Parts: sequence; structure tokens; C-alpha cells
Amino acid sequence: MKPTPFHPRTSELLDSYDWNEWSGWLSANVYDLNPTHEYLAIRTSCGVFDTSPLYKYQIQGRDALKLINRVITQDVTRYAVGKSMYSPWCDDKGKIIDDGIVAWVDDNSFRMTTAEPTLFWLEDNAINLDVSIEDITEAYAIMAFQGPYSREVLKRLTKADVNGLKYFSLMDIELAGIPITLSRTGFTGDMGYELWVEPDKAVALWDAIFEVGQDYRIRPFGDYALDIARIEAGLLLAKVDFNSSTKVMYEHEKSTPLELGLSWAVKLGKDYFVGQKALIKDKKVGLKWNTVGLEVDLKSLESIYAKYGMPLSLPYRSWGEAVPVYSQGKLIGKATSGTWSPMLKKYIAIARIKPQYAKLGNQIEMEVTVDAERHNAKAKIVKMPFFNPSRKMS
Amino acid sequence: MNKDFDVIVVGGGHNGLTTAAYLAKAGKKVLVLERRYLVGGAAVSEEIYPGFIYTVCSYVVSLLRPEVIQELELYKHGLHLLPTDSGFIPMENGDYLARYPDHARSLDEIRRHSLRDADVHDEFDNMLYEIAFAVKPILGYTPPNLTNPGLSGTQTLNRFRKHLQSLGKEKFHWFTKIMTMSVYDFLSEWFESDVLISSISLNGIIGTMLGIKSPGTAYVLLHHYMGELDGAYSAWASQKGGTGGVSEAIASAARSYGSEIRVNAPVKQVIVKNGRAIGVALENGDELYADIVVSGADPYVTFRKLVDEKDLPTELVESIDNFKFRGSSGKVNLSLDALPDFPAMKDKSLMQGGIYICPSTDFMEQAYDDAKYDDFSKRPFLECVIPTAVDPSMAPPGKHVMSIFVQWASYNMPKYGDRDQQREAFGNAVLDTLAEFCPNIKDLILHQQVLTPWDIEDSIGLTQGNIFGGELTLDQLFFFRPAIGWADYKTPIRNYYQCGSGTHPGGGITGGPGRLAALRILKDGA
Repeated sequence: MKPTPFHPRTSELLDSYDWNEWSGWLSANVYDLNPTHEYLAIRTSCGVFDTSPLYKYQIQGRDALKLINRVITQDVTRYAVGKSMYSPWCDDKGKIIDDGIVAWVDDNSFRMTTAEPTLFWLEDNAINLDVSIEDITEAYAIMAFQGPYSREVLKRLTKADVNGLKYFSLMDIELAGIPITLSRTGFTGDMGYELWVEPDKAVALWDAIFEVGQDYRIRPFGDYALDIARIEAGLLLAKVDFNSSTKVMYEHEKSTPLELGLSWAVKLGKDYFVGQKALIKDKKVGLKWNTVGLEVDLKSLESIYAKYGMPLSLPYRSWGEAVPVYSQGKLIGKATSGTWSPMLKKYIAIARIKPQYAKLGNQIEMEVTVDAERHNAKAKIVKMPFFNPSRKMS
Repeated sequence: MNKDFDVIVVGGGHNGLTTAAYLAKAGKKVLVLERRYLVGGAAVSEEIYPGFIYTVCSYVVSLLRPEVIQELELYKHGLHLLPTDSGFIPMENGDYLARYPDHARSLDEIRRHSLRDADVHDEFDNMLYEIAFAVKPILGYTPPNLTNPGLSGTQTLNRFRKHLQSLGKEKFHWFTKIMTMSVYDFLSEWFESDVLISSISLNGIIGTMLGIKSPGTAYVLLHHYMGELDGAYSAWASQKGGTGGVSEAIASAARSYGSEIRVNAPVKQVIVKNGRAIGVALENGDELYADIVVSGADPYVTFRKLVDEKDLPTELVESIDNFKFRGSSGKVNLSLDALPDFPAMKDKSLMQGGIYICPSTDFMEQAYDDAKYDDFSKRPFLECVIPTAVDPSMAPPGKHVMSIFVQWASYNMPKYGDRDQQREAFGNAVLDTLAEFCPNIKDLILHQQVLTPWDIEDSIGLTQGNIFGGELTLDQLFFFRPAIGWADYKTPIRNYYQCGSGTHPGGGITGGPGRLAALRILKDGA
């Protein structure tokens, strides 16, 4: 596995020896054995996550906008230079391939981050278009700098108008003398930024942020903490909450963005995009699945443990192996990820269920296993995001 | 007499607010009257020195009842608990004992002091955990009246018996020991490392005028373990912005249900007519009338100050006069220019947890000995927390606040002169002791606030400055809290109830008394 440009610092701080593999790169699960502290940095002070392994593409040329608009489900024409957008993209059958952030950096220039390699797909769709597509994955390191104090730290390191940078906007600035692209985006559902920097300046950027960040109890955070935060934020994770249609073999393993609750990011009325027809039809016929938030009833869960003479036990680390969801004993779908929310003091989960059961407040059941025996704990359908502080967009 | 409210709660401490929230949620028209300019009682955050926020008195949250968090939806109202799950105990020889959030690492650390103790540690934990699990449900019961338990009281006693029977023979044996022994003797049956015993024993003496070798203190340890059982909800944690945030969250919940809360509204007396409470008289002369009056104050204030002796049976007056308040702890709050330096602390992440000055069992017992005779400990036991190590919002960037809980100090310490002189001498002893383990502390201090038990009484209103509204000893718990026959939140005065920490399940930021009192009032058909 390869070290990212931040590796000299991340490896120094990683007391746990707990790395995982992310697209061939070393990525931290947790730095100091207790993810809760890292999670709390995201929610109460500020934290840094090394997101360098994301695939990155630069799309340039006269038809760059045309290509992007053909591939993604969002309508790029509603945006402008200096803005970025979240969007899924689909295959011809309207099944989701991947999702990511598209940033409009200059008149004829876009940057795209994706979870899966996407060069082939972009080139495939660029036939007859005047556009160049470049894989810039290794040309930049990205640091996600998230948390309510992230802005205060940045403001002390630059003269640029950090306050003026709106949610889902970006600008090129100098931070502590280092040229970076500052983007007001993130995967935590909190106030936060993503910083693009050239690899040879990554360590210097890290050091500058951590030096000032000390005053605000900055921490590096890993996957475990990020996963708790992103579930609270109701953000779906590829390979966990959905599969890429190009990576699985059977239809039932695939989903449309509408089934995933992403209809707000699917502009069916815009010019042609891949999967448009299929999605319009799907919507007309009616969705097979709805994606909903679940809140597990703690009293019900407690009573299951009580049968074993055990106190209530909760998932302090998020889980991502799907479990069945029932309505009065009848199978209606699956919960794809879940966690104890330290912020809300609730056990929350993201689930995909049949639409007729998806009404807010509906009582259903989720399978839990105690001592290798199966039980159904009561749960109810709740609104997502579970946690949505006003500072996220302020 | 026209009533102004259905219920008036006297005292806006966190339990008074909890009672108000539950009653308002049930549709009652509720008014809370608080003497000070802010709600919270002993759970308040105040900016005493500009830019620095102190958790003036209580500083950790561990026993906040999960059902209170859930039922009042406190997270919606700003409850935000930050775990403080590490511990650091510097020793006199320059060594230290640490507890980490990671279990394996903590065992490694104990192993450094005693291989044997590390081996037995998990067994000890399980034993205590199991006993706590069996006993814990009593925290959620209304204590039955032993002399006349009635049907529901008999049911409660029966449930309690069942819980205890579930322990099995061996655990029951430990249970009887824990109910009777001193925390030092109890721990010595398990462990050999002196600093380990010292560090666990402190849970047996907090808030009591007892030493680690005084019988009965082992139980207090169990009481603290019950808090850990609900770890998911509350563990040992500090509230973001200080413990005042917990009170604010409960107050916000109460308001959201329609309760009114008035600050700067000291109550002089509960108005009693024909053996029935009908309202309150404020110090400004106003009178307010309600069907029910609830006192969130401690038992002494509830029975001996707010109402007239002639309205109470003599036995109760005697019981309350004999109820032990005995303030035993003080508090020092510091504004610091930078993080203090403990030379023994190798891993600086330990700054985020508790720092305990209890280097040996002799140190602990000696500290208690000093204080027995209207005095304070010359080298007191200190529990230091630096909330800004996790929550930067409580001080300007780069600066810190430190909360130091101190034991022991007496309510009366005339040998040092007047109250100001007593406070100064006490504050000096605290800082001198801390400086033995943290040499640069005095250079960093920008501002300090020192509270003796007398100051706690004076500012918060807790009798003799007892932080639990009455000591948490076996003879003052459950059926006995605050007096036998009157542990079910009622009083001999009709429509006059009690809901403070001086009732079951008692002290600390639990919300338990507040909730159970509200349920009792509703059950009585208010």
C-alpha cells in the first residue's frame, strides 16, 4: 500500500497501528484507540481527515460543461464558476454508478472527486466532445478540515475572505504562504472545509494548521469517527449503503438515486444525461425502495438484553453489514449502516425499505443479535439527516 | 383564593427544573422560582473572569438518569456530553498511575505497578459491575414507606429482593461486604498496589466527611459504579460549556413544555393554611398561589426554613436536625495562561481526563485526619479537570480553565480568623499541594476563585455547603432520604412536596429526584 503525502504526519500521530486500505493507499481507522474523542473533535472543536486517496479528475475544454452535464444527474447549468455540487451518476438503466463532488473551477474547467476509478466512464461519454480528461489523483493531496472551529483556524492563517466563502463554494488562496484550493465541503455534516494542496507542500500545510489548531484542540481523525459523523449527517457511503452498478453482478444489488433518497440531486427535467429515460420511467411507475432514517427504540432493545440478564449494549462503533428490517414480522427491507449517535444519544440507522412502510413515524422492527440469537428491536422511521446543525451552512 | 399556577417549584436547581419539565409536559401550569440570577443551583457555568467560563461547583456529569435524557429529549435542548475517560495520578516519587480510554493500555499500566493487580482487575470490575447492575434499578424506584409500605411499596420491596437474589451466593457475600466495609479495606482484599487502591478509593469519599478507612464508604464506590453502567448515556463526562449547560438544557425543555421560570425571585416562605400548602411568599412581598408547592431545596431548607416548625410533626423536625449535611469539600477554579505542566505526565492526552492528587492511601487518610477538627486538609485530595482541553469554547484561544474539587474542608474553620482569612488559607493549601506535582501552576494563574463549604452555602444555598444536599451515606439513602416515612417526596403538609438532591436517589447531577417527585405528584392526582 502507498503512503499519502500526509503520511509523515499521520503515521507519527497514529498510536493505534490501525490502518486500512483505501484505493491502494494507507488510511487511518483511528489514531488513539478511542474514536469518540475524534468524533467529538468534529462536532465540538476541529479535526483533520486525510482524504487524499479520493480519485480526482480534471475535465477541461470547450465541451467540459457538456460532458459533465451528460454524466451527472445534477444540472450544472444552475451553478457557476467557483461553486461545487454533490451529484450521483448512473448507467443507462438509471442505476447508480458512484457519487462525488463536481467543482466548477474555471470557465471551461471542472474538477471531480469520486470513490471509484472513473476515467474510463468519463472518456466513454466524451466521444465527439472537445474535452480533455486527466486523472489528477496523485497531483493533489486533500485534507478535510472539519468542525465548528475550522473557520477560526483558517482565518488566522490567511488574509483571504474565509467568512465570505459560502457552503459548496471554492476559491484559490494562500494559507500560511502555501497555495491551496479551499472548498467549503465535507462528509461530516458539520461546518468544514476541504483543502487541495500539491503533494510536496502537504506536510507544511499540515504543520501550519496544527500549530494554530492547538489553540482549538485540533485532532486528526480516522474512518471510525468519520463514519459516525456521516451517518448522523444522513450521507450514504458507497459499498455500504449502495453498490456501484458496475461492480455488482445482479440487478437486485443495484439501486437508483431516487431509491436512495437522492431525488433532490436528480434533475429529471434537464437536458439529456445518462440514465435519464430510465429514471423518468421509474418515477412514473413508482419506486421499489425508499431510503429512510431509523431510530431504534432503546427500551425495546434494553428488554431484549434483559432476557439474558445483561445491561443494554450499544454500537459505539458504526456498523455497515446490512441487517433485515421487518414490519409486524414481515420482511420489508434492510438497514445498511447504523451507529450510536453520541450527539443525539440515540441509536440511528440508514435503511432501504418498501415505500408503503416509509411514512415518518411508522413503527417497524430491526433485527439485532444477542449471544448469536436473533431478535427484533422496535424502531421508528425518522427524518434524515439525523443531525443537522445550522453552522453547517452558516 | 384564586390560584396563579397549578404548581410552583421553589428553587431552580437541576432537580427543580426536572420536576417542572415533567409536570409541564403533563399539562400543568408550572412556575419555577429561582433566588439567583441564573438557574442551575450547584450546576452552573459562570463567567467570573472575563472570557473564562467556570463550572463553578459541580464539574462532571456521570449519573444523569438516561430516562431523563430520553423523556425530556435533552439532546434537542443542548445537552452535549464530552467524555472524560482517562485518569492521571502523579505519585510522590515522580512516578504515576494512568487510566486510558483503551482497556488494554490501562491494564498494561496497572501491570507496571503490580502484575497481580492487573490480573485480578477485570474480575473485580465484573464483580462490582454485576452488583451495581442488580442494585441499580432502585435508582428508578420511589422508596417505599417501611412503616406502612402499602401495595406499591410492597411490590417495590419485592422487586428489590428479586434483584438481590439474582446475584447468587458469592456475589451476595461481596454485596454485604460492600454495604458495610470501608472502601480501603474492601479494595485491600483485592489489590496490593497502594496507588491503585488510593485512586479507586476516592470514589468512596466524595462529598462525605469520611475518610477512606471509615466504615460505610465502600457503598459510595458502588453508587459511582452505577453511573458507569449507563455509560452510553453519560459515562464520566463534562458538559460542553460547563455543567450549567445541563441545567440550561433541562430549563429549555421545561420552557418548551410551557413552564415559566423566574430568576431573581427568592422565596421567603411557603404559605400553609389548615395544614395545606397554598402558595409562596416572595422576599419582595409578593404572594403567589398554586395547588401544589414543590421544594427543590435541600431537606434543611425545605423543612426548617421554608415552613414553620409548628406545621410539622416533632419526629420529622428531629430527623431533619439530625440529618448530616457536614460540608466537606471546596472548590478552586483557575483561569490559566497555558496548559499546566505535570512533569510526571508523559502522554499529554491525559490532560483531557481527570487529574487526581491522591498519591497514596496514607496521603488520603492523613488529609481526612486534618479536617476532622474544624479544619481543612493541609495537603488535600484534589480532583482536577481542564475542560478546555477538550472544549475550547470555555476560554480564549490557547488559554485554559481548571476546575479543582478539593476534599476535605470543614464548614467552620474559626482558627484561621474570619471567612476571608479562612478562604485564603484554604486556597493556599490547595495551590501549594498542586504545585508539588505541577510546579508551574502558580505562574500560569490569571484569576482564581476559591470556595469553602461556607461559600458554597452562601452562594448556592446548600446547607453547610454539602454538595449532595445531604451526605450520601447508607443511613441517609433510599427509605432514609431525607427521613424515614417521608422518602416518597411527600411531606406532612398536604400539597407540599420535595424534589431536591436530599431525596432519593440523591446527589450529583442525576435528575432522578426531580423525575420521581414529578411522577409522585401526578400519581397523587394533582
